[in-house]
Amino acid sequence: MKNKDLYNYILGIADNTLILGQRLGELCGHGPSLETDIACTNISLDLLGQTRSYFQYAAKLKGEDATEDTIAFLRTERQYVNVLLVEQPNIDFAHTIGKQFLFDVYHYLLLEKLQHSKDVNLSAIAHKSIKEVSYHQRFSSDWVKRLGDGTDESKTRMQDAINDLWRYTDELFHTTASDEAMIAQGIGVDVKELKTSYYERVSAILDLAKLDIPESKWFQEGGKKGIHTEHMGYILSDMQYMQRTYPNMTW
Amino acid sequence: MTVEQGVHIDEVLFPILEKVSDPEIPVLSILEMGVVRSATLKDDHVHVKITPTYSGCPAMDVIGDDIKKALDEQGYTSEVELILSPAWTTDWITAKGRKALEDYGIAAPLGAEADKGVLLHGKRLVKCPQCGSHNTRMVSQFGSTACKAQFQCDDCQEPFDYFKCLK
Repeated sequence: MKNKDLYNYILGIADNTLILGQRLGELCGHGPSLETDIACTNISLDLLGQTRSYFQYAAKLKGEDATEDTIAFLRTERQYVNVLLVEQPNIDFAHTIGKQFLFDVYHYLLLEKLQHSKDVNLSAIAHKSIKEVSYHQRFSSDWVKRLGDGTDESKTRMQDAINDLWRYTDELFHTTASDEAMIAQGIGVDVKELKTSYYERVSAILDLAKLDIPESKWFQEGGKKGIHTEHMGYILSDMQYMQRTYPNMTW
Repeated sequence: MTVEQGVHIDEVLFPILEKVSDPEIPVLSILEMGVVRSATLKDDHVHVKITPTYSGCPAMDVIGDDIKKALDEQGYTSEVELILSPAWTTDWITAKGRKALEDYGIAAPLGAEADKGVLLHGKRLVKCPQCGSHNTRMVSQFGSTACKAQFQCDDCQEPFDYFKCLK
């Protein structure tokens, strides 16, 4: 493939929105209240919509018989390059929100820069998506504050969620060889440069939520290289079930 | 009707496209919604460019099919292209469209600042489409579709949808 680096770069962004969208979709009909259920599934819909735009573009680059669906459904676990954070299980509402919050802050910073990509398609998707993500960020930040500064029970759960998920945040700022090639061409965003603002923003919200900022300096990585946590296989078996069972089925 | 600058719609296609509506808000024509960015005619073949309101909006596929069907009925062949840039904004909803939304029971989007005020700071600025009171409050930032938030009027007690400002 001619544009192999660009293709890989797009998947590096879109696999995150795909897997997080799929995770949030699990709350459909299972949210803790009607409003939060609808909110989480709306955010899921936004993320899957954004994923479609990225995958449609990636499919064009790939050529052959590739479509957005083959990219989404017909890869094996090692071929997905989403960060470990987004595949973590929902567990309770605090974990769902914690994961969303830690991703949203990053996602917003990423799209802010991606709007200036020299690639017109990526720039257009970023312009479109950032409007949606600003709503996501508000929603998850509000809930972190509400749970953190809420009852003893909600505070404990929110703190546990942040402590559990913190180890996956550093990976957001790692780059692959394809990422570096795209950064050099002015197409990709150098995520390493987002790290300081990210931890500042996250810490500011955690302070408002009266939560402790985790001190652990040990971080887990692997997703960007296709090495996932044990949760990934379960997501894929659920997500790919229909396409694997009835190949080429369409809606 | 008028459309904003930069949108080119062939005059003969106006009456046809005006009849196509958003399947989730049937009172609103896709022209009033501002999702049609251009419609050009060449030898009975129509090229239409539409832009999604929200990335994941499931209505877009239906809108694309409805446009094709409406044009086909008038003897035109057509292709519908989805474009992402420039990104859709609620500013593109026409005055007539805003009126149609309110008549249907959906509060039309406020400006960006006022929108932040109601969604973030609990300000009471959204007009209840049922009784006209501004004594309204947000129930949830996310509503029945991606483009709406849930509100309730504290005077007439009716719940209603507010079309969120997207800029």
